[in-house]
Amino acid sequence: MTGTIRNRDTFLTEIATRLGREPKLNVQKPVWKHQPQRAVLKDASADELLEVLRNQCLQIHTDLIETKLADLPKTLAEAVKLYGGGPLSLWKDERFDKYGLTNLIENEWPAENIEVNSWDTTLGEKNIELAEQANIGITFSDMTLAESGTVVLLSSSDKGRSVSLLPTNYIAIIPKSTLVPRITQAADLIREKIDNGEQVPSCINFITGPSNSADIEMNLVIGVHGPVKAAYIIVNDC
Amino acid sequence: MAMKFSTKNFTDRTKDNISDDFMRKAVAGAQERLHGRRLDAAEELGNWEEWRSHGEEIRQHVLENLDFYLHQLSENVAERGGRVFFAKTAEEASVYIRDVVEKKEGKKVVKSKSMVTEEINLNSVLEEAGCEVIETDLGEYILQVDDHDPPSHIVAPALHKNRDQIRDVFAEKLDYNKTSKPEELALHAREKLRKEFLAADIGITGCNFAIAETGSISLVTNEGNARLVSALPKTQITVMGMERVVPSFEEFEVLVSLLTRSAVGQKLTSYVTALTGPRGEGDVDGPEEFHLVIVDNGRSEILGTEFQSVLQCIRCAACVNVCPVYRHIGGHSYGSIYSGPIGAVLSPLLGGYDDFKELPYASTLCGACTDACPVKIPLHELLHQHRQVIVEEEGRAPISERLAMKAFGIGASSNPLYSMGAKVASTAMRPLTKNDRISKGPGPLKEWTDLREFPAVGNQRFRDWFYDQKGGK
Repeated sequence: MTGTIRNRDTFLTEIATRLGREPKLNVQKPVWKHQPQRAVLKDASADELLEVLRNQCLQIHTDLIETKLADLPKTLAEAVKLYGGGPLSLWKDERFDKYGLTNLIENEWPAENIEVNSWDTTLGEKNIELAEQANIGITFSDMTLAESGTVVLLSSSDKGRSVSLLPTNYIAIIPKSTLVPRITQAADLIREKIDNGEQVPSCINFITGPSNSADIEMNLVIGVHGPVKAAYIIVNDC
Repeated sequence: MAMKFSTKNFTDRTKDNISDDFMRKAVAGAQERLHGRRLDAAEELGNWEEWRSHGEEIRQHVLENLDFYLHQLSENVAERGGRVFFAKTAEEASVYIRDVVEKKEGKKVVKSKSMVTEEINLNSVLEEAGCEVIETDLGEYILQVDDHDPPSHIVAPALHKNRDQIRDVFAEKLDYNKTSKPEELALHAREKLRKEFLAADIGITGCNFAIAETGSISLVTNEGNARLVSALPKTQITVMGMERVVPSFEEFEVLVSLLTRSAVGQKLTSYVTALTGPRGEGDVDGPEEFHLVIVDNGRSEILGTEFQSVLQCIRCAACVNVCPVYRHIGGHSYGSIYSGPIGAVLSPLLGGYDDFKELPYASTLCGACTDACPVKIPLHELLHQHRQVIVEEEGRAPISERLAMKAFGIGASSNPLYSMGAKVASTAMRPLTKNDRISKGPGPLKEWTDLREFPAVGNQRFRDWFYDQKGGK
């Protein structure tokens, strides 16, 4: 699929003229004189990054729950109850199986009459409707930024944008192995993908806690357009 | 709303606002809070100056090579199936967008916060074409519901309103019957707007940064409204000022870090979203059609001039939050959607001196803005530069000032005239002097003495006094 470009030449020629030169067809990015971002949490271990994340979660109004891999199904089931139960909206993601959650999703929740909807492209826009009606959206984190307390979600056809956005509450499952110091490493990883010939996902979300606003008298209100509550479940997988 | 939103002159605008006690308290409180949070966020990093220098070098490099990066950006957007439109003028941009909306038979447009769409007067153009346009940022929504009250701060547009005023507006326009608690007001807006998001055909967003290497655009919010605008409607139109481009994700993350820390003191806001093209193959949400409108509207005329560095701006409003003049007169006094120090530099450049020639004088030149800027724009120097242009090139100084300067120029360049002037000054001013003070000055001095006293001219000239001190030698 190729798009279109209109009015470009005159527009860019004008810029070049104002800059006092011919249009440039090739530019090498300079070696930047300053790189302060690379020094942040540079040599931190996974445990140290976890400690940074714990503290940051206090700042971003996000509950942090820590668990072992073997206990994840129990922890997630409890968390879902804590935030008011179903309906649930999930990505279609092989990690749910890999992290031992298939029985919970396919048997335990239905037995308790908790409605579970995994993203299913064959349902088309019905997915959006189901996410909108869901009480909790649940996804894995693709990368987790310790400094800011951010989960990075790379969208795909099985991993809809709506799951982390439309439900009233949001739970991110964070494998400890996804922890990196900060957004710098996420940018590096995205650029590596490009270098390997992969396409950038059509939507990359950096999510840091629940939605909020301070637009009324600078008072912080948690829960505006996106989820009203957010929780992170850290799984010790490394 | 166009860039200029008031027909009153600067003095009248300022008079209106300076007597608004709530607004002044609100602005002072907001400044302190935002400024404090920014300082904490900067201190935490330890090497804030190095971050600023990095921000500056990135932005300067982009501006020097802007044609290249916009070319690369547009190629990559098109490769992913997006449609790029370069708009020289505000009108070209808004007409193109109107045509896209009409072609899609769009009736309901949801928008996330965008200053450049205000600049190109987009909402009016779409409304005239019969569309319903809904602002979805909570602050902008409040203003829109209140009969299009103009924004008074680039980041917190409804800063000048208190909760009771907002409750009254909601009660009158939105059938609201609860209290003035911010939580309840926000919940009401959430419920109203959620329905609009789901029903909208067209989503219009601004763009914090576009990433040339991947053809991505990014949106930085706390509320999540920009995510909804870009996830639900079938058509997405993103409007960007042409300078808002970065080479790659490597620089993008640095500028986002500078932006969120400087604007609200957060390490990152709740949502930072990077979008590339329309929805991918097999995707269910995200737009089917994606348009990127790149707007010049006077920006290219700033390139290559002494004002070029103003285009480094990343719209964080850190300068607004430290400005002592903004603190007292509030955002509406500027008469431009861009207020504070950045507005005082940018508005005359984009909107012309006819409408905005007073703004460069709405500054004490204290330089707090320059110190606060995360990309090191020398704002107070640019304000001074504006004054020079206004006086020297545009010849726009008030007549009284021009005459006074002319007279001083003649007097000071001739020795006999200067000596005589200095000798008679004391006698000439005596009728106006009382207790060694002049409190009712004539002509150009009146504006000064209306506010404070002027010291009387001494009886003895400095030269004579100095001569006497040396014993008459």
